[in-house]
Parts: sequence; C-alpha cells; structure tokens
Amino acid sequence: MRKVYHRIIQIAGNVITVEADNVGYNDLAEVSGSRGSSLAQVIRLQDNKVSLQVFAGSRGISTNDQVRFLGHRMQVSTSENLLGRIFNGRGVPRDGRPAVNEDLVETGGPSVNPAKRIIPRNMIRTGIPMIDVFNTLVESQKLPIFSVAGEPYNRLLARIALQAEVDVIVLGGMGLKYDDYLFFRNTLDEQGALAHSVMFVHTAADPTVECLLVPDMALAVAETYALQDKRVLVLLSDMTNFADALKEIAITMEQIPSNRGYPGDLYSQLAARYEKAVDFEGSGSITILAVTTMPGDDVTHPVPDNTGYITEGQFYLKNQRIEPFGSLSRLKQLVNSKTRDDHRIIMDTMIRLYADYRETIEKQSMGFSMSEWDHKLLKYGEKFESDLMDLSVNIPLEEALDRGWQILADCIDPAESGIKTDLIKEFWPKTEEKDTADK
Amino acid sequence: MQEDTNTGRVVGVNGNMITVEFDTQVTQNEVAYALVEEERLKCEVIRVRGRRADLQVFENTAGLKVGNSVEFTDELLSVELGPGLLTRVFDGLQNPLNLLAEKTGFFLKRGVYLPSLDYDKEWEFTPLLKPKQKVMAGDWLGHVPEGIFKHYIMAPFDLRGDWELVSIESAGKFKLADVIAVIRNNKGEKRKITMVQNWPVKNPINAYKEKLLPTEPLITKQRIIDTFFPVAIGGTFCTPGPFGAGKTVLQHALSQYTEADVVIIAACGERAGEVVEILREFPHLEDPRTGRTLIDRSIIICNTSSMPVAAREASVYTAVTLAEYYRQMGLNSLLLADSTSRWAQALREVSGRLEEIPGEEAFPAYLESLIAGFYERAGLVRLNNKEIGSVTIGGAVSPAGGNFEEPVTQATLKVVGSFLGLSRERSDARRFPAIHPLESWSHYSGIVDTAQVDIARKVLRQGNEINQMMKVVGEEGTNISDFITYLKSEFIDYVYLQQNTFDQIDGASDKERQQYVYTKVVSVLETTFDFEDKDKARRYFLELRQVFVDWNYAAMDSDEFKRLEAAIDEKIKESRHA
Repeated sequence: MRKVYHRIIQIAGNVITVEADNVGYNDLAEVSGSRGSSLAQVIRLQDNKVSLQVFAGSRGISTNDQVRFLGHRMQVSTSENLLGRIFNGRGVPRDGRPAVNEDLVETGGPSVNPAKRIIPRNMIRTGIPMIDVFNTLVESQKLPIFSVAGEPYNRLLARIALQAEVDVIVLGGMGLKYDDYLFFRNTLDEQGALAHSVMFVHTAADPTVECLLVPDMALAVAETYALQDKRVLVLLSDMTNFADALKEIAITMEQIPSNRGYPGDLYSQLAARYEKAVDFEGSGSITILAVTTMPGDDVTHPVPDNTGYITEGQFYLKNQRIEPFGSLSRLKQLVNSKTRDDHRIIMDTMIRLYADYRETIEKQSMGFSMSEWDHKLLKYGEKFESDLMDLSVNIPLEEALDRGWQILADCIDPAESGIKTDLIKEFWPKTEEKDTADK
Repeated sequence: MQEDTNTGRVVGVNGNMITVEFDTQVTQNEVAYALVEEERLKCEVIRVRGRRADLQVFENTAGLKVGNSVEFTDELLSVELGPGLLTRVFDGLQNPLNLLAEKTGFFLKRGVYLPSLDYDKEWEFTPLLKPKQKVMAGDWLGHVPEGIFKHYIMAPFDLRGDWELVSIESAGKFKLADVIAVIRNNKGEKRKITMVQNWPVKNPINAYKEKLLPTEPLITKQRIIDTFFPVAIGGTFCTPGPFGAGKTVLQHALSQYTEADVVIIAACGERAGEVVEILREFPHLEDPRTGRTLIDRSIIICNTSSMPVAAREASVYTAVTLAEYYRQMGLNSLLLADSTSRWAQALREVSGRLEEIPGEEAFPAYLESLIAGFYERAGLVRLNNKEIGSVTIGGAVSPAGGNFEEPVTQATLKVVGSFLGLSRERSDARRFPAIHPLESWSHYSGIVDTAQVDIARKVLRQGNEINQMMKVVGEEGTNISDFITYLKSEFIDYVYLQQNTFDQIDGASDKERQQYVYTKVVSVLETTFDFEDKDKARRYFLELRQVFVDWNYAAMDSDEFKRLEAAIDEKIKESRHA
C-alpha cells in the first residue's frame, strides 16, 4: 500500500509541487481529485519537495487533491496485440477497444552501445525519384521532412510508409490536427497497412504534456519489435510540436532559455529520440521518418537547426517538391554504389546542372540575354522538374536513372556534362536517337 | 583520517545534476558515486556551497531518491595511461565500449565501469635507464612494443624535485600493474613505478622542456588545405559549418589520410552512425605510411549524442590527454574533435542547472576561456630528452543556424591557427570539400610557395568579383578578358579545390602530386588565351576541365597520367595567345 499525499504546495503552469518522501526521480504519480485524475511525472527533487508535470494539465487541480506515487517510471505495452491499435499520448486506447497491459517496458531506455552498431546497408525503395536517385533512404536511417505549414508533408510521409518494404509501422502523432489523424488512420486502413501498424496519437486538442510522451512510447514499442527481428518504420509528426512542449515545461520550471525560448538541452532531448534509429546485428531495425515544420520557412530556427545536426540528412519539402538543394541523405553513399553503376554519376551531374539552371533562371529574370548554353540549361531544368522532380512521379529507381540519362541527352552534349570520358562512353544514350530528336 | 568515511546523501535531483549533503569534506572536481539500488553512478563535484555540493552525474538519474547515499573518492576525474590504448574504442570516461558490449549486450547499462586497459596482457619490456640515474617527470625508463611504435614507459608526469632510479627490471615480460622500477628523491621517499599511470584529464601534461613554434605543414592530402589553408604540425584548426556542409566527411578524410603518427578521434555528442563507419572500416583500411591498418594508429573516444551529457563534456578532455600522452613518446598526434559545439552545449546545460548568470545565447561566461584552454593543449614540444613531439588539434564546430557570429565559433576563431570555414553555398552546389576559398584563412605556411599561391588566390578573388558583377550587368555587359578570368577561377575551383573524397586516387593527393599539379594549374592561369567569343571560351574551358579532372583520377605513376598530361599540354597550346 503506497502512501497518499494530500498537500500540494505549488501549482504553476502544468507543474505541481508536493512534499513527499522516498520518491524516485522520473517516477510516475497519480493525481486525483473531484475534477478527475491524471498521471504525472517527477521532474525535480529538492529536499522533501517533489515537482511533477501533470499530463492532463493542471487546470482544476486543487491544493488538497491526492497524489499517489506509483513507484515506477512511464511504461508502455510492447505486446504483439498492439498491432492494428490506436492509442493516445498516455497509451490509453483511442479506438474504443480494451487496454493492452502485457509486456510492459519502461520508456526512454538506455542508448545502444556504438560498438554494437553496424554500418547501414539496405536501401529502402520509395518509388520517388527525388529520394531513390538523389537522396536514397537507408534502413536504420533517421530523416526528417523539413517543411512549412501547408505543404503535403503528412501525405508524403504516408506515401513513403506505404511504399516502403517494412514489417511494422509505428506512428507517433504529436499535436496532429484531428483531420490529419483521420487521414493517417484511413489511409493505412484503405491500403491494408493498419494491421501491421501501431498508432500513438496526440491531437492538437489534447493536453500539451502528453505530447512529450509520444515519441518515447512509439520508440520503446519499435525497439522491442526490432529486437524481435522486425524491420520497423517509425513515423513522427510533428517534432516541432514536441519541441514546443519541451519549451513550455522548461519555461515553467524557470530554466534559462538558450535560443528563442527553447531550453539549452533541446539538442540532447531530440538526439535521445532520433538516436533510437538502429540496425541490430542479427536482428531487426528501426528507421525514423519525422516531420519538422519550420516556422516561417526558416531552416535556422532552433528546431530544424538542431534536428539537422542530429539526423542523417533531411528531405526539404517546398512548393510541393522535394527540393534538391536543401535535401540530403547522409547515408546514400553506403548504398548507391550497389544499385547501378551509373547511379552516382546521374545523381551528381543532374544536381550540378540543375544548380546552373537555377542561376540561369536568375539571369533570365533580370532580363539578361541568354547564351546558347543558357537555353540548353533552361530546357534541361524544365524537363528535370516535370519528369523527375514532380511528386506524382512514381517509378522504380532503374527507370528513374534511365529517364535521367534521357533528359541529359535531350538537352546537352556529352562534353558539357562534366562526366568522366570513359563513363560517357559507357552510359550516354546512343547518339542516333539524339540526332533524330534534334531534327 | 576520514578517508574511508567520506560520504554524503542526495538532497536534490534536477536532470543530470544532484545536490549532496556531505559529512566531512569534498574537493572540487573530485569523483563520487551515487548509489541507487544496485547501481553506482559516477559523478563529479562541480560546485560546493556550505555543507552541500552540486555534482554532475555521468549517467541517467532516473530512480535516484532524496536520501540515497553518495561515496566520495578524493580523486579527480582521470584516465589510465599505458600500453594498449591504441586500437581501442572508449566512451567519454574511457570505458572500453567493446568490452562493455560483451558484458551488457546491445545497450549501455548505467553504472557499469570497466578498466580501460588490459591488465592480464604481458608486454615485452626493455629498460633504457640504469640505477642511480637521475629521473625527471616524463623521462623514458624503458619501452614495450605497441603495434608500430615503441611505447615508452615514462616516469610519472607529476614528479616534482630530484629523483633517482633505485632499481629497474631487466628485459622481460611484465603485466601493466607489475612494478618495473623504483625511484627515490633526496628526502628518501620512494615510489614504485608500473607501466600504467593515471592523469587528471583537465590538467595538461607539462613534462617537457619547451614549446616550439609550429612551422612544418601537416600533410592532410586535401589540396585546398595543404596548398591554400595549411595546418601545422602542433597547430590548431577548426572546421565550422552548417549541417550538411560536409564537416563529417571532411573529418573522415582527415582521419584517414593525414600524415600523423597517432590519430585520436573524439566523437563528442554527434551521431553514433558516423563513429560506426570509423569503427567498422578502420580495421580494414590500409595506412599507406606503415602498411598496417588505420585502426593500429587510432584511438576512438565515442560519446555520441544520446549518451549522457556530462560524459560528453569529459570526452574532449579524455581525448586530448591521450594525445598528450603519445606526444610524450616523441610522436605526432592528431586530435579530431567532432564537435566542440556539443561540448559547449554540455557546458551550457550544466551551467543552466547551476542557475549561473548566462552569457550570450545562454552559454556560460567562462566558455571562451575553456575553449582557449582546450586548444592551447595543442603544440609542438621539445621533450626533456630533446626529442620532438606534437599534438595537433582540429575541432569541428556546428554553429546554430550556420551563423559564424555565434559564441562558440567566435571563441574558437580567436585561438586557432587555421580556419577552414565550410559553406552551405558551396555544398549546395556540390563543390566538395566545401571549404570556402575566400573566407578561410591560415597562419601557417604550406607546401607551395606563398607567391605561387597568391596567383591562384588573385584569380579566385577576381573571378568572384566578376561573377558578382555579371549577376548585375549580365554576361553581355562583361568584356571577354574579364570573362576569361572568371572561367579561370571556375577552372581552378573544379580541378584543384574540389576533390572527390570517395575516389581512391583523387581523395588523397600527396605533397609531391599537389606541387606537381599545382604548377600545371598555375601555368593555365598564367596563359593568355585568344577566343573569338564567350561561348567558345566557355566550351574550351569545359573541355580543358574535363581532361584535367580525368588526370586527377589517374595514379601518378601510371601511363594514363602521362597521356592525360600530354593532352592537357596540347589543349593549352591550342588556344594560347601567339
């Protein structure tokens, strides 16, 4: 029988303070009173004063509410029965079916020993040329989609999830619009993917603190499945909401903010989640795809900025396209040598020429006369945008590479491509096609 | 008197900081252990106020309770120095990660600490001194073979005053903890010496005669560095850059190709995946200098971003102490710290929890002096026995938002000798390494004569100006000679500044090759060309660039190299002004 405390001595923001003994740091407690009950977590101990963040928020908490410490930290079930289920930010079912309480594990477990990690080696095919060709997604990679509000980032996330060959999808929704939650649920359901998915969804209307729990729960479940030899894809949307929730708690706790109000440990907090992406030798893997919305399309905002330093690249979604310049997959070098011999050449050459195309566009918009080369670039850039960059293009990698060569051959001469001579001999599409095209 | 009873109790927990009420006495920066259930969590004293001390915990603090006991050790945070450090992978507190993995599996279990060195292994010891000889701190008493080196067993670095050797073991096999020598000072105090010694990481090892001015370039085999922004043996450099600008790829290239004897890689608060590439690849990559593998000359300190923050702060000190230790053997060590910004952030987190008055961007006010103190541990030194050793430090900096005005970058720029600024603009254009040729600088002298380098610098600067101007007045408003200068600046960028790190030949260009190729580049820059119009000029330079790039990919002693060189010469003649 655990002791119940009745004296709450401070309520500020979503943090309450009680006087209690023998309480472990980060332990959970149940706060209950006439207006309902909520879980809370210990976030500071000072002598006999215990500060707790209340998951459901502090509204309606009275100074004589009961606080009962549970003697354990946040736990989540990792049973097989989770598949096909939907939970809220506290792990309570959202789908009206019974709660799952088997195989509980504590969330936020220790990090993987770097010496036990292995070099990622498997490409994840998505059918999107801007990913497959130019910024290949790799199993066990952690990648955010940087985007401004209004871009179809959740659609992109869902599309990648459905086309990727994985065993389990774990979705962590943070501050999701209710519509977006329904979109994910319906899309996964329609495509028959719900049966191998688990969803933890915190919607925008739910208490803020619950948002903080979502990534840890999603990742704890993913980790357990990965250790059972499953390839798990974790989708997190939107990590900016998670960071904002961190900010809210930090300010309440009177921590000195570092940059735009965010706490100094934002980097470590984000890293603790993203670093859960791993390929377990001899077992499964966790790949993390997250959405990070950028307030004001500003990549130097603390959230995308810190994220960029943690993740292995980013997809930069802008004007309904995956931008070739802001986007990067740091792990692509590990897999794109094994796909097709011309993969890297197409990747490098096309992007370099596209950069030149952008410069030409600038020149053109300023009214300068266009040289012969400029005209070639303009033709090239437009073809690239419509035939490969458009998000509606859905073709396998090999077809995308062939298409890349064709675009090059249609627009420029081999010598202008900057490709090594022997490679041109090997891969450049045969000239008779080009000659007829010219005439 | 109270050594064994030096204990305390936890009275507060806030993140990775605990407040402890102590019974007798504490020492600033001493190591303590907080006991939670079965686990012992390592901590360090960072502030004392009255009967209470604030300790940073090198582990996750979940489950700690008010009233848990704390044991103080009266020892500063130290590392073990001795044979067998090379090839090892440690965390920030010098725990061997491979052995931890054998013990605890996939995950790092908190509170598990293992010896850093192998105390069971026997080493073939050869003495160098004889009894009665004078001994000073850092003197070489004997040596054991460690991989490619003679690993010198040295007199303790903390020796003060006059000591002489009483006895020393003759050649034979010994374990690390075996006493191999005994020394005595003029007061008659005796000290036993083993092959291993401890050293507090935050104190520089200063058992040498004098510091020298670093002058000789450290060959990195990166053209833009060695030719344009050289790094000196015993010097310091920094590579700040926004994410995605290629800091890590550059650090990898440096760790592989730099001509240093010992390379220490400190992965400080960065991605675990990056270290894994080193961990898994170095044992298989050949070190061209020795013919052995790269791991044989490397030590990896790995405290990645999800590992405890306080240990991250310790990791850079652990790394630099190891670098100094090998310097004491007359070797050139290179420390690559990626990233010093994460270290600074760790300082910021601790400072915030201590509720210190913050400086700029909430970094502590003492940030600059700590950064300066760290880089000052680099240097070229003459040891007591006249041998020369060095520590070169290269720090990656990850400025928030890619803005070099932020405190960590600025504090670093004040103390380093070479600044290799990586630019987003160049990395977006896939011009790697993305070191900015106009904004970077170096105080050291490189492998090519300054006057020669200035020729290229001038073309690059002019080319940039012309390019800027062309954006305003257009190509048609630019005269052909300016246009050719612009094409020349693009030419040098493509064929010399850019380097494909993933290509075996182009990725590593040694000193001779750089000097040879650079002369050829300059000959192009100094040639006056005649072209009918700009399109012809552009086409010519594209073609010339093509041959030159092919040349860069050819091995220097190959026929292909000679053939392409002839083709280049031919090409130059083709449009040269008569």
